[in-house]
Amino acid sequence: MLEVRDLHVKFHSRQRQAVGGVSFSIADGEILGLVGESGSGKSVTALTVAGLLDREKAECSGSVLLDGVDLLKLQEPELRQLRGKRIGVVFQEPQTCMDPLMKVGRQVEEALAIHTNTSREERRRLAIQALTDVELPDPETVYDKYPHELSGGQLQRAMIAAAILTRPALLLLDEPTTALDVTVQAQILELLKKLNREHGISMLFISHNLYVVKKLCRRVAVMQRGLLVEEGDTQEVFYHPQHPYTQRLIAAIPTRQRPKP
Amino acid sequence: MKQALKKLGAFLLTMVIVSFVTFLAFQLIPGDPVTHMLGTSYTPERADALREQLGLKGPLLVRYWDWLRGFVTGAMGTSYSYNLPVSQLVGEKVGNTLALNALTFVLIVALSLPIGLFTVRRHGGAADRCLTVVNQVIMAVPPFFTGILFTWLFSVVLSWLPGKFIEFSEDPVGYWQCLFFPALALALPRIAMTVRMLRSTLLEELHRDYVRTAISRGNDSRAALYRHALKNALPPVVTFLAQTMAEIVASSIVVEQVFSIPGLGRLLLASINSSDWPVVQAIVVLLALWVMLAGTVADLINQRIDPRLRLGGAK
Ligand SMILES: Nc1ncnc2c1ncn2[C@@H]1O[C@H](COP(=O)(O)OP(=O)(O)OP(=O)(O)O)[C@@H](O)[C@H]1O
Ligand SMILES: [Mg+2]
Repeated sequence: MLEVRDLHVKFHSRQRQAVGGVSFSIADGEILGLVGESGSGKSVTALTVAGLLDREKAECSGSVLLDGVDLLKLQEPELRQLRGKRIGVVFQEPQTCMDPLMKVGRQVEEALAIHTNTSREERRRLAIQALTDVELPDPETVYDKYPHELSGGQLQRAMIAAAILTRPALLLLDEPTTALDVTVQAQILELLKKLNREHGISMLFISHNLYVVKKLCRRVAVMQRGLLVEEGDTQEVFYHPQHPYTQRLIAAIPTRQRPKP
Repeated sequence: MKQALKKLGAFLLTMVIVSFVTFLAFQLIPGDPVTHMLGTSYTPERADALREQLGLKGPLLVRYWDWLRGFVTGAMGTSYSYNLPVSQLVGEKVGNTLALNALTFVLIVALSLPIGLFTVRRHGGAADRCLTVVNQVIMAVPPFFTGILFTWLFSVVLSWLPGKFIEFSEDPVGYWQCLFFPALALALPRIAMTVRMLRSTLLEELHRDYVRTAISRGNDSRAALYRHALKNALPPVVTFLAQTMAEIVASSIVVEQVFSIPGLGRLLLASINSSDWPVVQAIVVLLALWVMLAGTVADLINQRIDPRLRLGGAK
């Protein structure tokens, strides 16, 4: 459903390309993990796929095909039709990614308000349903809360609810659990698995933590300095890394977390 | 609600402190008004009687209390030089000053919001860069100078302005016409400052993560600005406007002189010249009240905008 071919992204302000020719694909209902150290170009890749890259600041080439349509060739109004409707995005820090002055419920249903003409009551009902889907206790109360009244984990669930409310075909998750503590992180991973299973949403899951990726994704791609250095079955990559960079990444996981084969 | 009461309490307390300090200051000013008033007919007995009459006897706190009670009930004492109740003197002028300040404020808000939004929507473009330069220039010109320029241009050269001040009771339209150019002169530099302030806070907000999230949900840049960034940019601007209010009050004193508006400013200057302390004291406290009120209202507005500022008030 998503096919990225030879993607290059270069910021005008930088010498080196942020993404230097990356190709990968995600099948229907698949979760692809994308790992790599800080600055390797994971976020830039995701932003480009979501059409969120500032086109005045960077130029990109290659193609990003979503169900056969090249997103890089689309104009802004057409891209806008896809954002929030076919493509949902969840970023790293829920606290800063939510508008602090808008009630959580209104933000959860925002994409619906933009892309459909459902009534207020209907939107509210669907938003509360989505908040229930992401296993937030007492969704009716959460709906009327402001972001600062929720914890990081609760907010991230709400962000996920907002992203899946329109039943997008593709969900881009840019380090959605990095800012959360370990138990909450595990819960969110379970939730993503469930959403993937029940709604068949394809996902690109970005993390710099290979261990987290292993729990969620069957397939993983490893990025280093703007290039994909390895890609394959997660188990395979995890236990028989081919590329020295991947070997280093795995060696960097604390042994306590590293399960026996 | 509870918070509004708390705010009111804080407001009243501050007012009492401000008025006490003002009261104290005028007690410490050297010179005896009684000697001044009696002039050649001075005798110790007469002076004593007059002191009694003016409430200048007795311990400081008692006198303060009498004065405060009088002030609240509208009896602000007697002017030394006019021998009229201060409330009457001030009452005649306070309306004009309030009207001038209110009109200035309306001009500032009505012009700086759209201009600020315009420069942000055209950020980096030629129009934005031009306005930034124009802003710099306008900001640097003091209102009294603009005022002199306006009076010269509009009453001397173009004779658009009536030669003398028109009271509201005579002709309401003419009254506002008389106030328009003074208000504009007062407003111009503040508009420039507010535009600059709004522009920079808005641009800062537009770079925040939640705006990116809004875009990722399908908002266009316009909706991201109006639905999300604008509201977030408002609280500092509201606070800034409240401070501006205080500054307009100060500069309106001078501008009233330039445009010959019979307002508190002229009365204040005249009373300072003739050491008419009861009048000066009443005006100073009134102006302080006005400024404090602006600050309190700004706080209340900001609490409505930003739930994080409502301490315990949000359930
Ligand atoms: N707006 C921008 N302007 C200029 N350069 C940028 C911009 N955004 C990212 N870059 C550069 O692009 C490269 C890739 O950054 P990217 O954010 O994709 O890394 P990342 O893999 O997501 O890292 P992290 O794990 O820290 O999130 C970096 O060298 C970064 O400095
Ligand atoms: Mg990143």
